[in-house]
Parts: sequence; C-alpha cells; structure tokens
Amino acid sequence: MPSPAASSPSVSDRAPSAAVPAFDPWRLLRPLQVLISPLVLLALWEIGARAGLIETKFFPAPTTIGAQFVTTLTTAEFWNDLRLSLTRLFIGLLMGGVPGLLLGLAMGLSRAMRVTFQPLIAALYPLPKIAILPLILLIFGLGEMSKYVIVAIGVFFLMTLNTFAGVTNIRPIYFDVAKNLKASRWQIYCTVALPGALPGILTGLRICTGLGLLLLVAAEFVGADAGIGYRIWWSWSVFWVEPMYVGLMVIAILGFAFAYLIDFLEGLLLPWLRR
Amino acid sequence: MTAGDTTAKVVVRDVDKVFDVRGRRNFQALRGIDLDVRDNEFLCIVGPSGCGKSTLLRMLGDLDTPSSGQVRIRRDSTARPLSAMIFQEESVFPWMTVAQNAAYGLKITRTWRGRESEARIDDLLGKTGLNAFRSFYPHQLSGGMKQRLSLVRAWATNPELLLMDEPFAALDEQNKALLQQELVKLWEAFRSTVVFITHSLEEAVLLGDRVAVMTSAPGRIKETLEVPFPRPRVVTSLRRSGEFNQLVTRLWDSLGDEVERARSAEMQKLTRRRDAMPADAIG
Repeated sequence: MPSPAASSPSVSDRAPSAAVPAFDPWRLLRPLQVLISPLVLLALWEIGARAGLIETKFFPAPTTIGAQFVTTLTTAEFWNDLRLSLTRLFIGLLMGGVPGLLLGLAMGLSRAMRVTFQPLIAALYPLPKIAILPLILLIFGLGEMSKYVIVAIGVFFLMTLNTFAGVTNIRPIYFDVAKNLKASRWQIYCTVALPGALPGILTGLRICTGLGLLLLVAAEFVGADAGIGYRIWWSWSVFWVEPMYVGLMVIAILGFAFAYLIDFLEGLLLPWLRR
Repeated sequence: MTAGDTTAKVVVRDVDKVFDVRGRRNFQALRGIDLDVRDNEFLCIVGPSGCGKSTLLRMLGDLDTPSSGQVRIRRDSTARPLSAMIFQEESVFPWMTVAQNAAYGLKITRTWRGRESEARIDDLLGKTGLNAFRSFYPHQLSGGMKQRLSLVRAWATNPELLLMDEPFAALDEQNKALLQQELVKLWEAFRSTVVFITHSLEEAVLLGDRVAVMTSAPGRIKETLEVPFPRPRVVTSLRRSGEFNQLVTRLWDSLGDEVERARSAEMQKLTRRRDAMPADAIG
C-alpha cells in the first residue's frame, strides 16, 4: 500500500490562478485588514477606560487585563485550574465521544439499531443539558465525576448524531462495490463505513469540544472549588473583575486552540477531501 | 432444471421483480426473464432506459434478489472472485489513492498475490493511462479517469463473471474507442464470462458474442441475436464493415418498436398517476 504522499498535487489546486493586473500597494496590506476592527475596538475601549468614560469596575482597560493575565500566568493556582479543567474536558469528551461514535456507526449500519435508538435520541437530544446539571450534581456529588458526566452527556448526543449522519451520507454505491465483491461485515466497516463517515465524525468532534467547554464552565460555576469556570465565578463573588476577564481570555484561547488542532487532524486524516 | 442448464455459466429462469412504490407492491420491473449466459461468453444486453437491465445485472452481482424465479451462477474456481461489477455512476472510493483503489478488489477478495498482483495492476494502470497518477486521490482526477480506475479495480480481480453496467457511457469518444479495444483484447486473452449492459447498439455488436434485446415496462427478453464476427476483433475496422452495419440496423428495428412502446407506457403511467392524485390525497 502506498503511503499517503499525495498531498502535494492538491497544493496547485489551491494556488490562486487569477493573473495579477498591476501593482497595487493595498494588496500587501490586505492580510492585515482582519486586524482593523478588533484593534480599533480595543483602542476605543482603552481610551474610554482611561478617560473615565467607561465604568472600569465592569470594563477595566485592556492593558490592565493584560497585566493581570501576565501576573496570573506566574501563579501555581492558575496552572492547577487549567490542568483540572483540561482533564475534566478530555475525560468527559472521551466518556461521551467514544460511545457516541460507536452508537452512531451502529445506527448508520444497522436498521435494527436505528429503529431502536433513533426515537430515544430524538426525544432526549433537544433537552438543554444544563437543565440536568442539578440532577447530575445530586447523583454524583461535587467530586470530579459530576464534571465528567455532564460533559460526557452533552458530547454523547452530538457525537452519535454526527457519526450517524456521516454514515448515512455515504453514497450507497460504495457499499454496493464492497458487497458485490463479497466483503465481510468487518471489511465493509473498515474500508467503507469508517473512512466514509470520518468527515462527519471530525465535524462532530469540532462541535463537541465547543459544547464540552460550555458545559464544563457551567458545571464549574456551581459545583467546583477549582478550575477555569470556578475562577470566573469566584471573581464575581469577590467583585474583582480582572481575573474574570483573564478566565474569559483563557477560554477563548482554548477554543481557538481546539479549532486549530482539529483543522490539523483533518489535514492529517482526510487528505482526500477537496478543500 | 434440464441437462442443458448445467452447461451454462449463468442461468436465469422465470425471474420477476416487483418493487414497492410508496408502500405498495406495484411496480413490475422484470417479468418472466429467461436467460442463459454461456461459459466464457461475452453477452451484451440492450434495451430502452427503464427496462430493468440494471436491475437484472444487480441480481447477477448479488446486490438484489428476484421477487420470484431463480438466478444461478456456477462457481468454478476458489482462486478467483465469483463476480466483479463495474457501475455506471462514479464508484471509486474518494478516501483511497488511485493505487489503493486499483488494489481494492484483489485485497478485499483475499486474492492478492504480492508481486504478481502488483504487476497486473501496473499493467492495467498503464493500459488505462493512470500510471502517472498512482498516488493521486480521486478528487484530483477527471470523470473519465475515475471511470477508467473503476474498470481497473474490477478487471484486476479477474472474476469468473464480469458485470458491466454501461461502463463507457460517460467517456469521451476517443477514450471509449481505446477502452473498447482494450476490453476486447483483455477478454480475448483471459476469456472470462462477461455480461455487458449498454444503450449503444454499435457497442453491443462490436463487443458481444450475443446481444439480448430487452423490452420495457415490465422488462423481458425480446430476442437474442448471435454476433457472427470472428475473433480477435479489431474494433475500428469492424465498425466500417457492411455486415456490422446490417446487424446494427437489425437491432435498431427491433429496439425501435420498444422505445415507442416504452414512451407511450410512460405517458399512460403519468396520466394515470395524475388522475389518481386526488384519491391518494384523501386516502
């Protein structure tokens, strides 16, 4: 089997083909255009805060937040919060994602599984997961398990539905090719169902990390004594707003990092997708 | 089950196929199909669109079952897969490279023989002009190249029964002519049993030992013609011969009536459906 060394030709597909008409100095600055609106907003905020036009109790100047961020990075408390939150998120993703993946595949491949589970999933999926957080806390207490479980429940449904959609979107003819050659169930699973559903699965993973982060923060608000979410909530209770912004920044950075990571995974696992 | 049956590679006896449309068993696709495919024969099936020829082929490829009647295929070898099908629509796996797609049939049927198989695939990829694209993914290929790749995937397995569903319909004329010649050469060299569906009468006469003409709605075999041209055949010179044109004209006449019949049947069906609409809405 040849190694997937075929990514090179796709580069030419993506290369811009339009001819460059004449020298245009603005072309060079075009990549920087995306920075204009955020920078302007930050500048207005900074000026407003310094001039006393904005209530700094709620909206401290960006430079103040930046300074607090740097200070926070040097504390052991912060790294402990980050470690705890990431651990909860990953364990939750795993606990919900793996069963969701398997159930989604099974539902996509077997009519019996589909008929059995689809009504159940359809009925439970629209329920806002945060609404059952009190129940989860009641059952699992304030320990780590309640955080894993709330993340896992949210992730499970999303992963099931995305994987299921991924399998059902595979064109039937690919299954026909395999069946005609008398492929076994396992061969069909490995060579058609799984690779064919992989784009859907990765889309699922992308949405799941976002939802997982959301549920985790909510759970840490009310039922934890450490973690990024807890730190934000704590800032509110002591009316100290800078650490709150630092927490928000960290969550934004995490969200961005996960999106980037999944982009990277996609490039690695799906070299065959037209992008 | 007479003694004559056992000599044929494929025996189709009195096969009906009824499809459920909107929960009712009401569309008869095939009625009373009787067909023998002889050993190492190249059989072409022509018929108006919608006559059920693809359905018949899917039954031979074990992708569909008859509503009644029998389909029997004699198995002669355990070293070769029983059948391999080439589909009309795009069927190469987008998640595999050209080389992986080409090897798929051999690997999945566990008939991969190392060097020997690699050489066979090299040869086929070369003949179909795909050798330079081994590490490409299908989305980087043209439609014609993808269709050629699906030919390689099936041919590589050297099946006892090769099933082809209008495999050249989507190709340009040059590629079509080249691949027709290549198919003739390959088949004359390997001599497996082929069932080839086409809407092109010329193609049927160029390639086939016999041509079966199907009628439509419901589909049945109207007649079967022997194609008397000797082998090896050279596709381009055969096209120009008088006998060839006579045979094509003969098929045209046979099929022409059927196309008319199919059209009027479609027309009737449409009007019937329109009349039935209010009743359906109430029910």
